[in-house]
Amino acid sequence: MQLTLEFGGGLELLCDSKKIHNVNVEFEQQNKEDKLTMKGLLSWVRTNLIKERPEMFMKGDTVRPGVLVLVNDCDWELSGQLSTTLEEKDVVVFISTLHGG
Amino acid sequence: MSSLASEILQELESLKSEKTKIEQKISQLESQLKDINLPKQHASSASAASSNGSSSPYPTNGLEPHMIHRYSRHLVLPSFGVQGQANLLKSSILVVGAGGLGAPALLYFAASGVGKLGIVDHDKVELSNMHRQIIHTEAYIGQPKVKSAAAACRAVNSSVEVVEHEEALRTSNALEIFSKYDIIVDATDNAPTRYLISDCCVVLGKPLVSGAAVGLEGQLTIYNHNGGPCYRCLFPTPPPRSACQSCADNGVLGVVPGIIGCLQALEAIKIAAAVGEPLSGRMLLFDALSSRIRVVKIRGRSMHCEACGDNARFNKQYFREFDYEKFTQTPLRVPPLKLNLLPSESRISSMEYKEITLNKEPHVLVDVRPAHHFKIVSLPNSLNIPFSTLESRLPEISSILKKDEEEEKGAVSESSAQLYVVCRRGNDSQRAVQYLHKMGFTSAKDIVGGLESWAQNVDPNFPTY
Repeated sequence: MQLTLEFGGGLELLCDSKKIHNVNVEFEQQNKEDKLTMKGLLSWVRTNLIKERPEMFMKGDTVRPGVLVLVNDCDWELSGQLSTTLEEKDVVVFISTLHGG
Repeated sequence: MSSLASEILQELESLKSEKTKIEQKISQLESQLKDINLPKQHASSASAASSNGSSSPYPTNGLEPHMIHRYSRHLVLPSFGVQGQANLLKSSILVVGAGGLGAPALLYFAASGVGKLGIVDHDKVELSNMHRQIIHTEAYIGQPKVKSAAAACRAVNSSVEVVEHEEALRTSNALEIFSKYDIIVDATDNAPTRYLISDCCVVLGKPLVSGAAVGLEGQLTIYNHNGGPCYRCLFPTPPPRSACQSCADNGVLGVVPGIIGCLQALEAIKIAAAVGEPLSGRMLLFDALSSRIRVVKIRGRSMHCEACGDNARFNKQYFREFDYEKFTQTPLRVPPLKLNLLPSESRISSMEYKEITLNKEPHVLVDVRPAHHFKIVSLPNSLNIPFSTLESRLPEISSILKKDEEEEKGAVSESSAQLYVVCRRGNDSQRAVQYLHKMGFTSAKDIVGGLESWAQNVDPNFPTY
């Protein structure tokens, strides 16, 4: 599945300082109708993109406090968080909240 | 030669300090003069108007003639107009933080004619602020930011009431200060203060225009407005302290907070004037390096929010007693972190290190700052091995120590080369020494307080950043 993943607010430092990643995510389907969920994508990202300090990205099976997740420019709270299902060509943004000024 | 140079330096210093004093006196006198002149001008225009029998011979919807001239470009704007300006003139806005975000916001608030403008800050103007905090001028270095910012606002528009709150924001004073204003602008720089400001706005029912910027990125949204979320709805659990970047440690391109601060001014002016569609329930993400601005939809008010939810615990009393430093594990006043990881025998002071260099004792000095820091300035003969690469470059340290020892064998001394570690402030150097001890370099020592201590205690001419 082709996805565009973006990291910002400092999270890009965990994946080779690269902000935009065009990726092809392969996942195991139990049934034909099975879709990739955010939960599946998070563990894929952790394994395949995060190069250092994974605790700065995840806590338990979700993102750490202070990270906003946006699926197609929309807060994942509005689409079901970890159970959000993803479609071909979706854009997922992970952004760490900033405090400076 | 060097005594001549030091004489010149001394004279320069004394001239500079004289210049600062004179400039301060000038600005003091100017503001005094303004205070004397202003009421007269107002009085004369008012008496002229009243001598005509009414406040003005022409119907002007409550705007005084000088206002019509000053705000003319607002007034002729169809979507803003007289009503928008009149609303703005009646409004009051509080800006918390007169730094990179607050600087442009305050200037625009003053210029656009906000009725009452409050400024909260407890810091002093520093040279390293000047590249982004454009409200301050060199003459104010060392003076309170609130004073400097207030003077600049008054210089732009003397008809705005500018209120100076020269104090740190705390749970004990926030309710009282915030209650005097319609709109709050968060232009601060740390997590605990951001929670404190948001909760206080929820308790008092005030809209909060929140901006943040670090490095080359900025974020902007409005909390607690029009059914939108508060800060806690979005971030119920505070982030770990290690995830909170600061401008001092991570850097910031000056214009980036400037842009976010301008956008904060825009959003606050829209709320105050009651025009347009405020950025509530949405968040603007700005990436300066790639010139991308993205506006995303965020969640609405959360029913379960501790601050604004249906069964929220927050009221004035609960707010006053809430411990924000404990909640976020971060001190409100963000003093630079001071670790103390090593026993004293594994540490030396910068003065002791100076002695070592004077005595030409054989040693290797490893500077563990990131390479781009090392490029700014470094101690002579230091070797840059960034902390993050230390593990892979241990063999390099071993071979240099060995080489130094061999060279030394020919000489009188039999002592082996010492290994010292330095960084910017003396935290990473301790982490590095801890690691080096573990890896067998048991005699490694760190320089307490790092290069900042060197500049402070050994050589005041060593540039700090």
